[in-house]
Amino acid sequence: MGRRPDRPPQPPPVQRLRVRYAKRGRLRFTSHRDFQRALERALRRAELPVAFSQGFSPHPRISYAGAAPTGVASEAEYVEIALTRRCDLEAVRTALGASLPPGLDVLEVVEANSPDLAARLQASVWLVRLPGVSADAAASATSRFLAADAVEVERLTRQGLRRMDARAPVVSIDLVGDAEVEMGSERSECAILRVVVRHVTPAVRPDDIMTGLHVVADLAPPSPPLVTRLAQGLLDEQAGTVADPLTADRQPKLPQTESLARG
Amino acid sequence: MPADVSVESLFSRLEALLPRVQKPIQYVGGELNAVVKNWDEADVRWCLMYPDAYEVGLPNQGVQILYEVLNERPGVLAERTYSVWPDLEALMRQHGVPQFTVDAHRPVAAFDLLGVSFSTELGYTNLLTALDLAGIPLEAVDRTDDHPIVLAGGHAAFNPEPIADFLDAAVLGDGEEIVLAITEVVREWKSEGSPGGREELLRRLAVSGGVYVPRFYDVDYLSDGRIQRVAPNRPGVPWRVAKHTVMDLDRWPYPKHPLVPLAETVHERMSVEIFRGCTRGCRFCQAGMITRPVRERSITGIGDMVQAGLQATGFEEVGLLSLSSADHSEIGAVAKGLADRYDGTNTSLSLPSTRVDAFNVTLAGELSRGGRRSGLTFAPEGGSERIRRVINKMVSEDDLIRTVTTAYAHGWRQVKLYFMCGLPTETDEDVLQIAELAKRVIAAGRQAAGRGDIRCTVSIGGFVPKPHTPFQWAGQLDHEATDARLAKLREAIRSDRRYAKAIGFRYHDGKPGIIEGLLSRGDRRVGRVIKAVWAEGGRFDGWSEHFSFDRWMRCADAAFAGAPVDVSWYTTREREHAEVLPWDHLDAGLDREWLWEDWQDAVSEVEVDDCRWTPCYDCGVCPGMGTEIQVGPTGRQLLPLTPVRAG
Repeated sequence: MGRRPDRPPQPPPVQRLRVRYAKRGRLRFTSHRDFQRALERALRRAELPVAFSQGFSPHPRISYAGAAPTGVASEAEYVEIALTRRCDLEAVRTALGASLPPGLDVLEVVEANSPDLAARLQASVWLVRLPGVSADAAASATSRFLAADAVEVERLTRQGLRRMDARAPVVSIDLVGDAEVEMGSERSECAILRVVVRHVTPAVRPDDIMTGLHVVADLAPPSPPLVTRLAQGLLDEQAGTVADPLTADRQPKLPQTESLARG
Repeated sequence: MPADVSVESLFSRLEALLPRVQKPIQYVGGELNAVVKNWDEADVRWCLMYPDAYEVGLPNQGVQILYEVLNERPGVLAERTYSVWPDLEALMRQHGVPQFTVDAHRPVAAFDLLGVSFSTELGYTNLLTALDLAGIPLEAVDRTDDHPIVLAGGHAAFNPEPIADFLDAAVLGDGEEIVLAITEVVREWKSEGSPGGREELLRRLAVSGGVYVPRFYDVDYLSDGRIQRVAPNRPGVPWRVAKHTVMDLDRWPYPKHPLVPLAETVHERMSVEIFRGCTRGCRFCQAGMITRPVRERSITGIGDMVQAGLQATGFEEVGLLSLSSADHSEIGAVAKGLADRYDGTNTSLSLPSTRVDAFNVTLAGELSRGGRRSGLTFAPEGGSERIRRVINKMVSEDDLIRTVTTAYAHGWRQVKLYFMCGLPTETDEDVLQIAELAKRVIAAGRQAAGRGDIRCTVSIGGFVPKPHTPFQWAGQLDHEATDARLAKLREAIRSDRRYAKAIGFRYHDGKPGIIEGLLSRGDRRVGRVIKAVWAEGGRFDGWSEHFSFDRWMRCADAAFAGAPVDVSWYTTREREHAEVLPWDHLDAGLDREWLWEDWQDAVSEVEVDDCRWTPCYDCGVCPGMGTEIQVGPTGRQLLPLTPVRAG
C-alpha cells in the first residue's frame, strides 16, 4: 500500500464559472503556460475558493480552451473555473480583474449552464494588421489565396516540420481597412484583414495563413503582422459568422443569492 | 555620469523584434510588484543587472532586495536588466536597439550606476555583452563622464580582479546598507554639480572605505608571475577594502513585495531568507566563509514575511532559504507553525538545503504533511570518512545510513546525494567509496521501506577552489584526472548488478570547472582572456550548450603568450603561504593566519566544530568586522492566522 495524503479531502466543486478575457498590448507575448500561472496566482491573491483535485499534488480545477498563440492579442479567450462555494458573478469579475495584470483583462463571467464550452468554440475571427503592405497588394494576394483549392504550408513545431493545408479551414478573408502607420522614420500603408477560420486539427493559425499568402502571391510584409482574435464561437457556415459561445449560459438556472464571501 | 535628460522608452522599437525571438515575454517586464518610478523626479538612478537569462536572474534574491530597498527611497529609482539571448542580441545589433531595462525599457547607458550581481564567475562574458549592447565602453579607462559607474557585487565580487579592467568599482558582502551609502555619495556629488567628473566620484567612493575601485590600486608582479604587491596609488585610498555585514535581519524584511513574473523562471516560489551566514566550517564552501557570522531572522519575523509575501504574490510555494536551513535555532517551531497556518490552503513549504541527519527527515515530513514525498536531498560531499574530515563535513557513514533509512521508512522513495570530486588530498579510493556508500544506502533503504523500488541518485561535480577559503591555496585537480576518476566511479556503480538499476549517476565533466577555477582565483591578467573569449562569441558560459572549453583555452594561450603564467598556473598549482594572492587586499573578515591553519588542519584531517555551539576559534570575522553571532531561540510561537483562508 502506498501512502495516502494525511489530510481531509479537498472540498467538492459547487459552481462552475466561464470567463471571457482579453490578452492585450505587450501582454500578448504571454504564452499559454504563462497565462495559466498568472491566472492561478491571481485567483489565490483574490482569495477565490477555487476547487482542487484530490491526491498528493492537488491541482486547481481550471479548464483552458483554445488559447491564442504567443504574440497574438485576443479579445475572446475562454477559461472555466470550478469553485467550492457559490460566488456572485460580478464580485468574481471585479476581484479577478483587479488581481490579474493589466493587459490580461476579464471581460465577462457567467455561470456554466450548458455542457462543453470547448465544443462550441468552432471558429475564430482574426484581425490581421499588415504594416508596410498596401490595400491593393493585400486584396490581390487574398483573392489568389481564396481562389486556390488548397494552399500547402509548412510550420516548424517542436515535433518538427508540419505540413498542412492553410486554405481549407478559411471561411472568409475580407479587406476591412487601410491605415497609415509609422515605420522607422517614414509613414507607411497598413492593410487590415478580417479572417474567419474554422478550428481544425492540426490548428491553422494566422501565421500559417500569412505563409499561405506568401506561397500563392509572394506577399512578404516588411515587419511582423499584428494579429488580434476578435471572437471565437459557433460557426454559421452559410452566413460565415461566429456566434457568442456564452449565450447558452446567460439564462441562469439558479438565482444568485450568496455574495462572494471573503473568509 | 549621463546628463539629466528625459529618456524615452525603447519598447516600441523592441516590440517589433519580439515576434522573432524565443520566449518574448521575458523582455516585456510588467511583473507583479515591479516598480516604475518617474525618471525626472529621481536624482540617483540605478540599473541592477543579473548577468544571466531572465529565467535565472529574476528570482535572484539579492537583486530583488536591492531593487526594493532602493525604490523605497524618495528620489532614488532602480530598474532591472538581464542578459538577452543570442537571438535577440543579433536583432538588437541589426536594428540598433541598446541594452534596456525590463521595467520601463529605458536604455541602460542613461542610468547613473549599473550594479551587476555575480553569483558565479561564469557570468563575466555576459557582463561584456550587456556593456557593449548598452554602448558603454568595455574598459573602465575608456569611459567618460557620460557613462554609468559600473559596479560589481555578489559572491564572485570577493575576487573581482579578473574583471577589474571592466569595472569602475566593486562591493563586498551584504548590499542593503552600502547601496544606500553609495546613493548618498552620488546624490551629493551630483547636487554639487559633479565636481571633478567621474574620477572624483570614484575617489569619494574609494576613500569612504566601503567601495573597492580597482583603478586606484597598482598590481606589481614578480618575474616568475606571482604578485609582488597590490598597493593604493593615491592618498586616502585604504590598503584593504572590507566587506559589509547587515545585522538584525528582522530590520530588513526584504523582499517585502517579491516580483511575480509572467515568464516561467527556475524558482517558481516565494523565498524567505531565514538566516544569513553559516559557521559549519566546510572548507570548500566560499559562501560559508564569506557570509559569517550567522544572523537569524526570528520565528515571528519569518512568519510575518511569509504571510505578507503570500498575500502580495499568490505563490503556491514558500522556500525557507539559507545556507543550511535546518540549522535555524527554532526551525522545528517554524516548520510546524507554518504548516499549521497554511494547512488546507494548498500552499506548500520547502527547505532547499538539508543537512544529513534524521531530524531533517522529520522536518521534511512536517513540511510535506499530506503532500507528495518524491525526493530528499543530502550533501555528504565526500565519499570516504577520511575526505569528509579533510573538508570538515562532519558526517559519519552511520549518520548517513540512519538518515536515509528514516527517510525511506517514512515514505520517501528517492534520496539524492551530492558529492564533489577533486578535493584536496583525494585519491581514487576516496571517490570509489561513493559507490559503496550508495549501495549501502539502497540495501538499508530496501529493508526499511520493505519494497524494492526505492532509488538513490548520486550527483557529483568537480571541486573548484575559491578565494577566502582554507582551500584558496590548494591545487585544483586537472580535468583529465577528474574525468578519469568519475569514469571509475561510474563503472563501480554500474558493475554491481544488484544495485546498478537503483542508483542514478549524474556528473559534469571537468572542463567547465577548470575555467571556473581560472576565473575564481585569477588576477587582472585574466581579463584579457575574458575579453578575447567574448570577442570570439563567448556568451552564457554557465550553460553547457553555449560553453566552449576549446575557445577558452585557445584564447588563454594567446593572451598569456610570453607571460610566465598559463591556465594550469592559475588552477592546478598549489600556492605557498607567502604568496600574495590576488584578493589579499580585499577583506572578508577572515584572518589569513586562521585560514592557513585551517588549511593545514585539513591536510592533517583535523576537524573544527561550529562556533554557534562551541567556543570561538578566532576565525577573525566578528571582532574584525564589528559583528556578532545573532541566533535564537526567542521562545516565541507562530500563532494561527485569523481568518484562515478557505481552500
